[in-house]
Amino acid sequence: MDDNKPKIMTFNTLILHTAALFLLPLQLIFSVFLLLRGHDEPGGGFIAGLVASGAFVLYLFAHGVASTREIMRVEPRDLLALGLLLGLAAMFPGMLNGEAFLTAQWWEFSLGDTQVKLSTVLIFDIGVYFAVLGTILTIVMSLTESEE
Amino acid sequence: MSPEVVLPIIIPLFAGALTLAFWRSTFYQRWISLFATFALLGAGVWLLESTREAGFVVMQMGGWAAPFGITIVADLLSAIMIVLTGIIGVAIAIYSMADTPDKHQKFGYFPLMHLLLAGVSGSFLAGDIFNLFVWFEVMLLASFALLTLGGERSQMEGAIKYVTLNLFSSAIFLSAIGLLYGMVGTLNMADIGDKLSQVEHTGMVNVLAMMFLISFGIKAAAFPLFFWLPASYHTPLVGVSALFAGLLTKVGVYALYRIFTLIFIGDTEFTHTILLWIAVLTMLTGVLGAAAQFEFRRILSFHIVSQIGYMLLGLALFTPLAIIGGVFYIMHHIIVKTNLFLISGVVYRLLGSYDLKKLGGVYKHRPGLAILFLVPALSLAGLPPLSGFFAKFLVIRAGLEVEAWVATAIALLVGLLTLYSMIKIWAEVFWKKLPEGIDDSRLTGKKTDKQLWVMLIPVVGLTVCTLYIGLNGEPIYQLASEAADQLLNPAGYIEAVLGERP
Repeated sequence: MDDNKPKIMTFNTLILHTAALFLLPLQLIFSVFLLLRGHDEPGGGFIAGLVASGAFVLYLFAHGVASTREIMRVEPRDLLALGLLLGLAAMFPGMLNGEAFLTAQWWEFSLGDTQVKLSTVLIFDIGVYFAVLGTILTIVMSLTESEE
Repeated sequence: MSPEVVLPIIIPLFAGALTLAFWRSTFYQRWISLFATFALLGAGVWLLESTREAGFVVMQMGGWAAPFGITIVADLLSAIMIVLTGIIGVAIAIYSMADTPDKHQKFGYFPLMHLLLAGVSGSFLAGDIFNLFVWFEVMLLASFALLTLGGERSQMEGAIKYVTLNLFSSAIFLSAIGLLYGMVGTLNMADIGDKLSQVEHTGMVNVLAMMFLISFGIKAAAFPLFFWLPASYHTPLVGVSALFAGLLTKVGVYALYRIFTLIFIGDTEFTHTILLWIAVLTMLTGVLGAAAQFEFRRILSFHIVSQIGYMLLGLALFTPLAIIGGVFYIMHHIIVKTNLFLISGVVYRLLGSYDLKKLGGVYKHRPGLAILFLVPALSLAGLPPLSGFFAKFLVIRAGLEVEAWVATAIALLVGLLTLYSMIKIWAEVFWKKLPEGIDDSRLTGKKTDKQLWVMLIPVVGLTVCTLYIGLNGEPIYQLASEAADQLLNPAGYIEAVLGERP
């Protein structure tokens, strides 16, 4: 073996190892918060997807690709495809109501004391979320795997 | 509510997402692709029907009125281009079933192909100049990836030139859009066309026209910035280069037709004279470049450049007959050129080379294939009664009518030189004896190739299209003349997008 060859980066520090474990759920929850907050306030599918992929990438740096795949349970490429399909699906409800493509449809109802507003825009945003997450993880994982 | 105008964009996008979802199975990807391209063709035909009926089909995305929202609009030219996109899509989808290595399919060949088709259709239907830019970028992004799939050295070399020059062109395009927006305060093409007629600074308008001309000229591979095309089109898979050859440069030509009939028509003395010289030089350099080549696909690539010149000549002459000729030429060229590239792929499959010196004897063993080559090749050169004859005839006649003697003479000369190139391919590939030491077991049929007939289906289909355009020219001419009518009366387009005004 050639010792001068740079080793694959796996940071085997205890702090990162433990921190990644705790940060992963926190970041994921935060990403969902950003996603749902997005329509009227700063946030939205794109940035939420980035935060979520940040969570998995941190875990990947600490624990390696194999165990990241294990905790994710789905292929990133499937997430990408799911995201794209959701985004496209958001176009059609408007058409079913006889309006132009991409026209936003809203459903409002009250749940207890709070007003809940659901819309095709939200479906689109969730699609963006998954597409961003899938794209970034596909890229990062293939880069890491090609290095290993 | 007319869904047919957005379907040509949505179908390929949807197919792209679906093929991506089925990334594990190349089998499903192939059949989805085939089905989706047929659906695209169907949507195109539907769109053509309704544009013929109504003149224009317009949809404002999300219900936001023009000029503030995103407008998707089809006139006859757009609809014709969408139908052609569908035809080429189907041909490439069938061809790819037989001739795509697994490695390419694994790295997203089919999703990228659909993304490219979505970008192409989007460009044809965009009613807003910034959206046109976005669709251009979608298309280029997919084409960058398709061009480098496989990762061979020559591909990388070609891709560097292709990417650099196309990004340069996009940068100019974007700056021009910015300046134009600063001047008229709108991005909707119909609105720009309307407002620009009231602007007084013709000098600045001409500068903008030249910026757009350079940007689209690069994408259409017009003189002098065409060299990226012959440097890159012969490197990827045949299916990919056939797709590029048929559609990509024509998007640039379409964009030129759109803006130089709708937006920059205030000072045609200046703009269209420059276009005329660009057209002439494009024709000439392309055909002379081809004469020096001995690689099947490189010859064809140089001929794309020279043919682009004829289309631009139609636009530059700017008479009704010339525009008809230009539109006719685009229709004829897309089909013929894709077909010739596919045939080069079939020959490669039989003999394992694109180098004319290492090919030969195809006529002896496969006379059918030789005839399939002869039809599009002679059509490209413009021999009657094939489609290319009428296309050239219309453009040249239009040239004679406005007494553009030099341009017309060069157009005739280029036709002759095209014939020379096609005869060169005919003599080297089909007529002469196969050189010693070349493996001919596939050619003579000793080694059977079960998928070969799948590759021949699109070739036969496109040849039939060429013959149809040639032998049944009248309805096609009618169609082109209706499209030209619309292009020469931009008021109709403006009214269709912006609505009736006092």
